[in-house]
Amino acid sequence: MVDLSALRRPPIIAASPMLRLQPPAARHILRAAPAVLEAAGEALGLSLSMPVCRASIAATRAALWLGPDERLLLGEASSAIETARRLQQALQQQPHSLVDVSHRQVAFAITGPQAATVLAAGCPLDLDPGAFPVGMCTRTVLAKAEIVLWRRADDGFHLEVWRSFAAYVSGVLAEAARDLADT
Amino acid sequence: MLLISCPYCGARPELEFTHAGQAHLARAREPAAVGAQDWADFLYMRDNTRGVHAERWRHTHGCGRFFNALRDTTSDHFVATYRVGEPPPQGAA
Repeated sequence: MVDLSALRRPPIIAASPMLRLQPPAARHILRAAPAVLEAAGEALGLSLSMPVCRASIAATRAALWLGPDERLLLGEASSAIETARRLQQALQQQPHSLVDVSHRQVAFAITGPQAATVLAAGCPLDLDPGAFPVGMCTRTVLAKAEIVLWRRADDGFHLEVWRSFAAYVSGVLAEAARDLADT
Repeated sequence: MLLISCPYCGARPELEFTHAGQAHLARAREPAAVGAQDWADFLYMRDNTRGVHAERWRHTHGCGRFFNALRDTTSDHFVATYRVGEPPPQGAA
């Protein structure tokens, strides 16, 4: 396979001190029945049988619950082929679907004491730490774009968005951050 | 904002959901054996209930699952939500 990574450019995004574009990562969507997910987790060395809307982390890998049979697997950019190889080996005879979406999405880190307030400008979820605690993740909407939101800390969020929406989403968040700074 | 309780994820904002028509419509196992009128009824005729109505909904921007809901069409109040394959909760209507 031709390596095109040198030609790849990060998307153009709005600048804001609260918003940081994350480096490229390996991303896979894995869909399978609970027993198969358990086997997949063993192959990757982290649990895929987490509670509803929770993430699990082990070393450089993370898995996010997106649906009862759907997980988003995150890892370092160089691990994409290795992840697919390990899962293919472990799940050979089991019905499942694995899609590499590494380049479909980009990730943002949103940090700072106002992080939840800025997100609330476009996201209808209750982002109070009581309702959306650290470790919770979900697919949801932000303004008019679909995102995956993951709370990494009380004042830090990880946001996955489709690459073509990155400029729009960063624009919405940067404007919200600017409005907050003005008040 | 109206909150809808997804049977998988819990209470979520209405924006994440899509309406998907009337619930509990079973397709005939052998469509060829169904008469033209019955088949037309299955394809096109739907209840237009005033009051509690069983509907399919999909948590599109969430877990992506289809589920069933009992919704009061006069007040937009969700009486109950339940997973596909489960019977409607007793006494809810």
